[in-house]
Amino acid sequence: MNSENGLTLFDKIWNAHRIRHLDDGRDLIFVDRHVLQETTSAQAFDNLRKTGRSVRYPDLTVATQDHIVSTMPGRSEDSNPTGRELMQLMRSNARSAGIRHYGVDHPSQGIVHVIAPELGLALPGSILACGDSHTSTVGGLGCLGIGVGTSEVEHVLATQTLVLSKPKPMRIWYEGKLQAGLTAKDLILHTIGKIGVAGGRGFAVEYAGPVIEALSIEARLTLCNMSIELGARLGFIAPDDKTIAYLENREFAPKGSDFAQACIYWRGLQSDPQAEFEKEVHIDCTTISHQVSWGTTPEDVVSIDGVVPDPGQVDDPARRDRISKAIRYMDLNPGQKLSGLPINIAFIGSCTNSRLSDLTLAASLVRGRHVAANVRALVVPGSMSVKREAEALGLDVIFREAGFEWRDAGCSMCVSINEDVVPPGARCIATTNRNFENRQGPKSRTHIASPAVVAAAALAGCIPDSSMIHHKAECF
Amino acid sequence: MSTAVERVEGVMALFPRCDINTDAIIPSTWLRTASADLGKGLFGGERYDEQGREVESFILNQPAFKQSRMILADENFGCGSSREAAVWALVQFGIGCVLAPSFADIFYENAFKNNLVAGIIDVDTYQELKALLSEHPEGMAFTVDLHSLSVSVSDKNNPKHNRSWSFKMPASRVQAMIRGDDEITSTLHHKVDIADFYTKASNEKSWLFPDHLIGQMADATSNKTS
Repeated sequence: MNSENGLTLFDKIWNAHRIRHLDDGRDLIFVDRHVLQETTSAQAFDNLRKTGRSVRYPDLTVATQDHIVSTMPGRSEDSNPTGRELMQLMRSNARSAGIRHYGVDHPSQGIVHVIAPELGLALPGSILACGDSHTSTVGGLGCLGIGVGTSEVEHVLATQTLVLSKPKPMRIWYEGKLQAGLTAKDLILHTIGKIGVAGGRGFAVEYAGPVIEALSIEARLTLCNMSIELGARLGFIAPDDKTIAYLENREFAPKGSDFAQACIYWRGLQSDPQAEFEKEVHIDCTTISHQVSWGTTPEDVVSIDGVVPDPGQVDDPARRDRISKAIRYMDLNPGQKLSGLPINIAFIGSCTNSRLSDLTLAASLVRGRHVAANVRALVVPGSMSVKREAEALGLDVIFREAGFEWRDAGCSMCVSINEDVVPPGARCIATTNRNFENRQGPKSRTHIASPAVVAAAALAGCIPDSSMIHHKAECF
Repeated sequence: MSTAVERVEGVMALFPRCDINTDAIIPSTWLRTASADLGKGLFGGERYDEQGREVESFILNQPAFKQSRMILADENFGCGSSREAAVWALVQFGIGCVLAPSFADIFYENAFKNNLVAGIIDVDTYQELKALLSEHPEGMAFTVDLHSLSVSVSDKNNPKHNRSWSFKMPASRVQAMIRGDDEITSTLHHKVDIADFYTKASNEKSWLFPDHLIGQMADATSNKTS
């Protein structure tokens, strides 16, 4: 990148972490924080033992149990017997390596991408790696979150580095004004629908523009969370005063003079005005409405007032076949309206939408009303801290009285690797990030949407139309 | 990783779809233990019915393709979850090479770490191979050679029918795979650089490595025995 043209935010953070440019063209990158979860780390520790290697910097590493944990209130490692092996391996591996461990019995336990910001582990201008593709969530704080596979988890454990080809800089610029009541989830779903699940492949995506500046930190975390659904491993937003206010007094955030020094550094973390991006996308937010997915990839999204597409109108034969197959899997018809489609399950949770603002938003619609007959509805807070904060606000009472299950923290029905599974053929509307075939269980059908849309669907028993979503949300 | 790979030989199975995701390659139901038979779970969602019986029409259940050694797929193979189990499932089934016009970023990295050849082919090659495989439902064996970065099919009875296509793979990855290099070993050659970098960063950005994070393990952990 020609520095005469200015540097992107991404260049600045990446370059500050480059230990070496390797002969093969890749970079050796220092990893400031490494966050582990139980389903992608066991084999990494196993290989370390086999090769006689140790964890290089255990202080920079944090582990949690989140994917396979039971979310039943008062759960323990024994509550979900099929998950016990991986949970116990996480605990014992962390203990023997001297790594902080947030197990199901810890008051700060939660989904990795919820607790990394909450605990102040993810900081602007830093690099955080985790064996999970939604690690880009922490980009909402201006932190480069890199999702890695298990071999790379082992590599970070052994060396505190990653060897990576530098992604190309891309910027998505959000202009106009988001209509009242719309959320970051609608923004990112609309974006994925517009540029597709491979539109960000090979890129590090900076989200910017006036609409992004107006978003709360939790909304930014939601937006950056789904970067991988654009095909991008990295997605982030420049830090600002809101970021600084969010981080102050977080457990592992810097304190005192360190915090003051950090603020000076963080305020300089922006793309230079002349910086060049290899790909730029502009999105006018004024016309965006509540989004819902109809198909089996996250780019299959429409307005909740829209209809299922007609494959007959699609020229490309491969795309036509894919859309036809998705319509069959989802048991829909071309041209069918989405609103009014009966649902069996409504799920509020996941690393995308399980923070306090998400639960507050959903509760504002639910208050004083009741879940429709024959609908099972669940709220799974993203962390035990979120759960306590929500309970302090009385949200648990609102949800319970409305007929929602109120659970302990975990990934739950987003990855459905624990016992929270959608039965075959059932239709679930969820605040999650993936609607792939079989994602929430064998033959499950998933519609992804915002907490507002999912809450309204739980009450109505069907996908709602826009007129059914009334709340006073501001920049969720 | 330690086993060197120079060549993959065997039947190629056609998956003529874009965006084949890692949930499809290995559904989460197969990820509940550290020791699952992932080869059996490969494409489990479409390979088995609700009773767990093999779906006859699914390509890897057809007799000619049960021993498939390579896969041909359309754009963006391996998108979605970072689960390396997707690569392990392919490898444990016996797949040594996936050819596609493009791969998702994390899958691509994971593939090389497990000696799975992820060869990028141009769209014309994809279409030609797809047409050829569609004409041969009885199964067709190919040879993927890392030295020449080629995929070829030979007909001993009629050498005129021999055909070959090229694929792309970064030269450094090719060499690493042929030598059976272990990336962690390579990185540890830089361990002094890494330690120096960390020391310098700790001095210049003390805010990034605050005292209450470094060396305060015992108080924060919940590592009590359960």
